[in-house]
Amino acid sequence: MTEILRLEHVGKSFGGIRAVNDVSFSLQQGEIIGLIGPNGAGKTTLVNLITGVHPLSMGKVFFDGEDVSRQQAYQAARRGLARTFQIVQPFPRMTVLENVAAGALFGGQAGSVNAALEMSRAELAFVGLEDFADTPASSLALPNRKRLELAKSLAMRPKALMLDEVNAGLNATEIDGALELIRKIADRGVTILIIEHLMKVVLSISQRILVLHHGELIADGDPGDVIRNPRVVEAYLGSKFAARVQAEGHHV
Amino acid sequence: MMKSLLHYVALVLWLALIASTPLFADNYTIRIAISLTMFSAMAVSWNFIGGFTGYPSFSTAAFFGIGCYVGAIAQRNGVPLVLAWVLASVFVAVFAALLGAIILRLKGHYFAIGSIAIVEVTRLITSSWGSLTGGGDGLNVPLLQGNPQEVASFVLYVMLSILVLAFCTSIYVDRSKLGFALKCISQNEDAANMVGVNTTVYKIIAYTLSAVFCGTVGAVYASWIGYIDPTDSFSILLTVKVPVMVLLGGAGTVFGPIVGAGAFILLEEVFWANFLEWNRAILGLIIVFLIFFLPNGLLKLDYNRLFKRLINKKARTPRTMDGTS
Repeated sequence: MTEILRLEHVGKSFGGIRAVNDVSFSLQQGEIIGLIGPNGAGKTTLVNLITGVHPLSMGKVFFDGEDVSRQQAYQAARRGLARTFQIVQPFPRMTVLENVAAGALFGGQAGSVNAALEMSRAELAFVGLEDFADTPASSLALPNRKRLELAKSLAMRPKALMLDEVNAGLNATEIDGALELIRKIADRGVTILIIEHLMKVVLSISQRILVLHHGELIADGDPGDVIRNPRVVEAYLGSKFAARVQAEGHHV
Repeated sequence: MMKSLLHYVALVLWLALIASTPLFADNYTIRIAISLTMFSAMAVSWNFIGGFTGYPSFSTAAFFGIGCYVGAIAQRNGVPLVLAWVLASVFVAVFAALLGAIILRLKGHYFAIGSIAIVEVTRLITSSWGSLTGGGDGLNVPLLQGNPQEVASFVLYVMLSILVLAFCTSIYVDRSKLGFALKCISQNEDAANMVGVNTTVYKIIAYTLSAVFCGTVGAVYASWIGYIDPTDSFSILLTVKVPVMVLLGGAGTVFGPIVGAGAFILLEEVFWANFLEWNRAILGLIIVFLIFFLPNGLLKLDYNRLFKRLINKKARTPRTMDGTS
């Protein structure tokens, strides 16, 4: 396996607050990695650091062998480092198809507006939104807006995709649909980093789990080991959950 | 498709009507025609930044004023007429690009206030820099050759060319990658950044486009009027009027600015002629009316529905002689 993304001693301070502190890890191509941690642990900040939304206070980020520590957000997108937002960010007055075309045109390889629109139909079909192509993005319901975010990111032909709570606000059936979609995306060879609060979801999909607490990486490894790690249990899972997982003999 | 074809036909007829005024109308009417084309060109320009990009810029008067002064100073120093106009346009474009790199970091109300400040600052610099600009005394600009009628038609055709050039640019932008990027920025700038739009560069391009034609218009205006001073060139009223015209017609549309400028100038003529004292108050009322009843402009109104509603109303109240229904 080849390494796609590597963080070396990455840190970020907002004023006196260390939001992310000395985080190092690497992602291999085609992996699905779960990133968990309590509220305020710095998960979203970490994604913002990787994608150039916030400048790093310290450390380095390497993407596909290149030092991208000083990149801007739009450069990350063009390099193939895509992300979705916790709160969906559509272009509300454009059609669903145009939203996806924006990804293909600016982040992807489409040479013209028409080519971008053409390419985007395939991505819409991939996420199952082809029937909504010509409706305004603002009229979509939440589950479909999340799908739209995915289609928009996919149109950028990313090498790595960071999903910030794509399942928040979805019901059980909708989550199943979303997970199936995420697996399909991984099958395309896209490395996926998924931020998620529902442990069931994380355990069912991740090949590896990273745990963030107070801005520090406290665990990095196989899901089975991570949920038994005493520090993770104390910081995030709680002893009841750990006991239940043990009792159920969760196969992960 | 049919509808947009209709729009194009209407526009061509409208421009032809304006262009033909020297053939049949008196000098006063030609002046109105010049004023119409001048403001239409500036409204089309403003639409690049205010309409497509959604940044409420109030720096139109700064671009116009700098265009006036650069054109005038160049001509006084022996630069030929057309070259002086080109020089003014280039100067304004460079000025806007450099300025844009700074003030486009501001958003929303902050950007609006920052852009108004530009007008004030450029006006103050112009009136203080007496050795170059003549200060508060203003500058005389070499007069155009010919009798008043000839001069007016010449200026009209030059202004019309600027308008057509600005309009074609806006059609191109509307259909191109640039226009797509600007629409993304206006709807959600963070998301635009995230899909790979270099928002800084695109905003600067839009701001520069919104400036360059105003600079040309200013330079031509200075040559036409023959005398410029700081208060007239950097007028705060101008900077407010142009956005109001675009909003009246429909911001972010290709035809909106021309419809709005036309409607506004003609209304203004009527009000100047009939209510000299109340002119400014009426401008204020139009702005209030716009915000409350026409937030998307004249072009976005659903005329079919409006028409039907009026007919239905008449049908329901058949015989009210006093008209109160």
